[in-house]
Amino acid sequence: MTNKKVLKKGNHVIGAAAIEAGCEFYAGYPITPQNELTEYMAKHMVLNKRPFVQAESEVSAINMVFGASAAGARAMTSSSSPGISLKQEGISYIAGANLPCVIVNMVRGGPGLGNIAGAQSDYFQATRGGGHGDYRLIVLGPNSVQELYDYTMKSFDLADKYRIPVMILGDGYLGQMMESLTLHKYAKPKNLPKKTWALTGCKGRNPNVIKTLYLTPEDALEKHNLELNVKYEKIKKELQLFETINVQNAELVIVAYGTVSRVVKNVIESSDKKIGLFRPISLWPFPENALRNLKCKKFLVVEMSLGQMVEDVKLSLFGTDASVDLIARPGGMIPTEEEIHKKIKLMLK
Amino acid sequence: MQDYLTLLKLKKLPTTWCPGCGNGLVVKALAQAMHELKMNKHNTVIVSGIGCNGRSAGYFNLESIHTLHGRAIPVAEGIKTANPKLNVIVLSGDGDLLAIGGNHLLHASRRKTNITVICVNNRIYGMTGGQASPTTPLNAKTASTPFGNEFPEIDVQPVVLANNNLYARSTVYHFDHLKQVIKKALLDKEFSFVEVMSNCYQGYGKKAGYMHPYEIIMDFKKNYNMSRSHKKELKKNEIGFVKK
Repeated sequence: MTNKKVLKKGNHVIGAAAIEAGCEFYAGYPITPQNELTEYMAKHMVLNKRPFVQAESEVSAINMVFGASAAGARAMTSSSSPGISLKQEGISYIAGANLPCVIVNMVRGGPGLGNIAGAQSDYFQATRGGGHGDYRLIVLGPNSVQELYDYTMKSFDLADKYRIPVMILGDGYLGQMMESLTLHKYAKPKNLPKKTWALTGCKGRNPNVIKTLYLTPEDALEKHNLELNVKYEKIKKELQLFETINVQNAELVIVAYGTVSRVVKNVIESSDKKIGLFRPISLWPFPENALRNLKCKKFLVVEMSLGQMVEDVKLSLFGTDASVDLIARPGGMIPTEEEIHKKIKLMLK
Repeated sequence: MQDYLTLLKLKKLPTTWCPGCGNGLVVKALAQAMHELKMNKHNTVIVSGIGCNGRSAGYFNLESIHTLHGRAIPVAEGIKTANPKLNVIVLSGDGDLLAIGGNHLLHASRRKTNITVICVNNRIYGMTGGQASPTTPLNAKTASTPFGNEFPEIDVQPVVLANNNLYARSTVYHFDHLKQVIKKALLDKEFSFVEVMSNCYQGYGKKAGYMHPYEIIMDFKKNYNMSRSHKKELKKNEIGFVKK
């Protein structure tokens, strides 16, 4: 597999990347619009002599990942919004137990059953933790089939490096989309820490205990939380991924991630104004410094949710005199180029 | 003979459980069974659920993982699937495994994952203060059934046997028997399930009219007979093991 150009579907590509990156355990459960990924794994994990489990529920799948990760395996699960809600208790425990894993959310419209169109309405759930307790996930928001491939691979390395669950926050459109991409070989970073904490049978060492319960002494849990926070602060410093286009001296910068950023790119090309794009790729940690350093006075956030990422944009710009406007399309609707052009016109009047 | 103690974290004793609780006997029976089968910390992982019995894992000097309420079985399946060389043992209670975790039991049994589940059935949610569990007897008064339990208790035996897995039942009174059936389960190469009838005096026995934990244990002696067949389902008052 050396730099081969192919035409592939987003959901399939996530599976191909996971297998190439050495995913050793996958558990999933059917839900639209991510079924192609589970089906891909059902075939290709087995062809690669690695375990695939179709679990009895999303709850079971995430807990199997919890177990496989505890045993030292590179483990992954995937789902779409309602299924990801079900996984939240497991995610909270995995985060609390300092274990790595990869979780893919091909977001669909909500709340409730919603619909099966792509959406970005799980942004808060993903970037704020999602389950109970003080914790974070690394959240990556790719915007193309190529990036689904690249960032799925990277997510396994990030998970192992920081011992943290990493979420790929895609959406139904990205998963269903077919696009050309270059397949390349996975190269494992040399400096990944050894999994000395894993339950592998403790020859020559004391038994490992994996837990999230800290009852005594009184401040045991606070200490644990603060240790987790040291890790989160480290990640914030080391991992702020973003892309910028035309931001130098832009009259207005549009902030958008994932599918929406593709619409915005077209807008920038067809606009007669000097418009820039700031595209966060790591949604947590949010690339706040880079955004703040843009020195632009006018920002427009465009998202397929009812004003979620806009809060991070405002927090990043807090204390500056920049104005922040919003185009919010919930329910699986993609913002159109026309409505963005119209908004720009109003803002630059 | 005392070597099984190396499998336990003696520094953590005495246990956190109430005086007279059966959980300690189950820990001891499992440790002795493992020792006799030469299972050790190099090849064994203990997975615990949540509840009084979920604390058991903490007393084993073994690789262990303390999981979510009801989810011990899928976590154990994840470990076993990722690393088939390990012996994986689940230790939990009736509320954890049969109520919130009931669906996982159904499907692990269907998948026949090679793990051993030891369900300590004290017929109550002990840790949270004595609320009715799926195995609380009909009409029993508990903290959450002040007018008597409306529903019959769940029978887990057919669930396990439906997929021709090993099902065993014993009680904390029949200590040697308990150890023997645990050994049977640990040696089994498919999904195996041991239901251990145990006592919760604080959470259930007191309300049921018992004056002492000992009385509940002596009731096990009185009420349970040993089954001689390993092919037929156990009757309600029988202890033994079945593998069809």
